[in-house]
Amino acid sequence: MHVEVDQPKCVASGQCVLLAPDVFDQDDDGIVELLDADPSPEHHDDVRESAAVCPAAAIRLAPR
Amino acid sequence: MTETVSHAPDDLTEFPMPRAARCPFDPPEALRARQTEATLSRVRIWDGSTPWLVTRHDQVRALLADPRVSSDVTRSGFPHISPGSKAGSEVRRSFINMDDPEHSRMRRMVTAPFAIRKMQALRPEVQRIADDLIDDLLAGPKPVDLVQAFALPVPSLVICALLGVPYADHGLFQRHTKVLVRRSSAPEDVSAASAALTDYLDALLAEKQAHPEEDLLSDIATRQVATGQLTRQQAARMGVLLLAAGHETTANMIALGTLALLRNPDQLDVLRAADDPKTVAAAVEELLRYLSIVHSGRRRVALEDITYAGVTIKAGDGIVLAGETANRDPEVFPDPDRLDLGRDARRHVAFGFGVHQCLGQPLARMELQVVYSTLYRRVPTLALATDIERLEFKHDGAIFGVYELPVTW
Repeated sequence: MHVEVDQPKCVASGQCVLLAPDVFDQDDDGIVELLDADPSPEHHDDVRESAAVCPAAAIRLAPR
Repeated sequence: MTETVSHAPDDLTEFPMPRAARCPFDPPEALRARQTEATLSRVRIWDGSTPWLVTRHDQVRALLADPRVSSDVTRSGFPHISPGSKAGSEVRRSFINMDDPEHSRMRRMVTAPFAIRKMQALRPEVQRIADDLIDDLLAGPKPVDLVQAFALPVPSLVICALLGVPYADHGLFQRHTKVLVRRSSAPEDVSAASAALTDYLDALLAEKQAHPEEDLLSDIATRQVATGQLTRQQAARMGVLLLAAGHETTANMIALGTLALLRNPDQLDVLRAADDPKTVAAAVEELLRYLSIVHSGRRRVALEDITYAGVTIKAGDGIVLAGETANRDPEVFPDPDRLDLGRDARRHVAFGFGVHQCLGQPLARMELQVVYSTLYRRVPTLALATDIERLEFKHDGAIFGVYELPVTW
């Protein structure tokens, strides 16, 4: 799994940080920051859920 | 494909539809009936216009996230929630009813305090506020109205601290907010309440500009207003939005959530026994889904023709998105009418969806987690002090809830 984030789209809902804190973080303004673009398999479910609940479709997933 | 529902214009159901008195937690039956229809349909609202009604979870999410759908209340065809909200829309206009890029530019000015780490830092303060109020509650007479004694003060104290608004003024801002969120408020009363709140915030911002403190209004005054990125009027409207949304919504979640839990004692036990933050967090998501307090529909207008599910929404058509049926969609939430704190409810749309999704959701989550994990444990015998039939529900509010919740212990 390969993860990309689109910071200009992010609306700082923070749900990705709650779901997958090892993969996503926020900058000082609450905007998403990607910590790990190629997360290990144990994080995949949480990352998929993060993409599903992201209100602004700012998280993109690609298989790797 | 699906077929268009073409009711004769005088045959249309009025929206919002009334909830059944005996199931105050469930969306109106007439609204749920629309969800089983295969397509979008029309309803009639207060001004006689006939916007599209959207009830299904997938459609609500898709349209709320669609850039061809506008939140701009000044556009022709926008399905205003009430005569008052239409009359006051220009003076109240803030980023919540603007489109990108203006929406995003202004919203980003105020996202910083709602970051998850900031919420974690604020949690002990919220815990202290909740505990102090419960101390007072237990020391005082009973029965007591939980709305006035606890549900309203918790989020009011928290948003005041965050914004830098003196809590001593809570009588003023709670009174005016009440007028703003009632659909039955007269247009002139809504305009007067908006003006009073905006003037109040404007004076506060002037003070913060001269004597800045460690709070969000000081930030806005010294960063955005002082540098010309926002006029003080725009900043004041933003302040009104944050102050009103910051206390009214969470207060209703606390009081209505408590009533729902008292009616579902097995679920209340789940919260009393929970010693794990994950269990509490999941319970909060389920209560947000189940209660869906934004019950007058999220309102939008189409910017261009949108063909969806075989139906064409024309440019300029109003759109009403019913979050409470989306959150009871059996395709997404099995056995949706059951309050089940153990289910995975995270895909609810209680905070909306798309770029306008609630700015304060990290704050609301944290407050509700603190409250729900504290109140029922510290007051284990908490009970309703009246019959549920005697409670007055906020049927005419933009936000659903109870006006009073008499409780004892």
